[in-house]
Amino acid sequence: PSAPAALRALPPPVAVGVLHTTRPLHTTQQSLAPVPPLPEKGGEVRHGLIPEEFFQFLYPKTGVTGPYMLGTGLLLYLLSKEIYVVNHETAAAACILTVIVYAIKKFGPEVAAFADKLNEEKVATAVAMKDEAIQTLQTAIEEEKKEQWRAEGRSYLFDAKRNNVAMLLETNYRERLLMVYSEVKKRLDYQVAMQTLKRQKEQDHMIQWVEKNVVQSITPQQQKESIAKCIVDLKALSKGAHAAV
Amino acid sequence: LPSAVLLKDMKLMDVKLGQLGSWLAMRDFTPGGIMGAIRRGHSRYYNKYINVRKGGLGGLSMVLAGYIVLSYMWSYSHIKHDRRRKYH
Repeated sequence: PSAPAALRALPPPVAVGVLHTTRPLHTTQQSLAPVPPLPEKGGEVRHGLIPEEFFQFLYPKTGVTGPYMLGTGLLLYLLSKEIYVVNHETAAAACILTVIVYAIKKFGPEVAAFADKLNEEKVATAVAMKDEAIQTLQTAIEEEKKEQWRAEGRSYLFDAKRNNVAMLLETNYRERLLMVYSEVKKRLDYQVAMQTLKRQKEQDHMIQWVEKNVVQSITPQQQKESIAKCIVDLKALSKGAHAAV
Repeated sequence: LPSAVLLKDMKLMDVKLGQLGSWLAMRDFTPGGIMGAIRRGHSRYYNKYINVRKGGLGGLSMVLAGYIVLSYMWSYSHIKHDRRRKYH
C-alpha cells in the first residue's frame, strides 16, 4: 500500500544495457497475493465432446436445433462421400464406445465423489496448516504485547536497584565509621593502659622502696623492744580474756 | 470514435473475413513465437477445463477426441483402400 507510492516517488531509472525499458513495468496495482481461488466448475461441455460455447455461438442464427442439424448433416456428408470409411475398425470402435459410455454412466458419480474426497483432505490439511500458522503468529503477537507491557515496568526495577546501591553505600559508610571508631579507641586504650601501667609500676616501686627502707630502719634494738611490748600486750589481753570467760 | 487497434493485436474472432489473409501474415512465426502460441493455447485450455475444483469428463475426453480425429486424418491414405464404392 504505502511501499509502491514511495517507490513511485523515486526518480525514474536510467535505461541500463540489459533491461529494455520500452515495455512499462508494473504499471497496474494488480498483485498475485492473495492467490485467487480456483473456479468451482470447468467450462461446460455437452455430451462430453463439444464445448457449450459452440452451441451459444450458433444460437442467435439457428436456435436450439442448429448445432444438431449441423452435426447430422456433417455426419451424412462424411458417410456418403466416404471420407469416414466404415470398416472393421468402426465395429470395434462402436463396441468399445458402448462399454465406455455405460461404465461412465454407471460409475461416474462414485469416482467423482472419491476424487472430491481426496481433494477435500488435501485442502483440509493445507487449511489446517494455514490456520495453525495464523494461530502461532497470533500467540506471538500476544506474547510481544505482553513483553512490551513488561518493559514498561522498568522504572520500578531501576528504583529498586537504586535503593540497593544506596543501601550498599550506607552499609559501607557505617562499616568504615565503626572501623575508625574502633581503631581510635584502641589507640586511646593503649595510651590509658600505658599510663595505668606506669603509675602502677611507680606505686609498686615506691611501696617496695618504702618497705625496704622501713625494714632496714628497724634496728635489732627496736626489734627486741617491739617483741617485748607485744608479749606484754598479749599477756594483758589474755588476762582480760580470762576475766571475760 | 473508432478504436485504433492494430490489425496484428486483434483477436481472431474480431478479424473480418477479408482481413484474414493479412492478419495471418502478420502473426509471429518465429520458433519463439510458435512456442509462445502453443504455451498460451495450452494454458487457456488447462485453466478452463482441467485446473478447476470439480473437473468433469469433458476436459479429458475432448483431448482424446481430438487425438482420434488427428490420427484418422494421418492414416486416411491407408484407410482409403477399404472404401466400398469407387465413385461417390
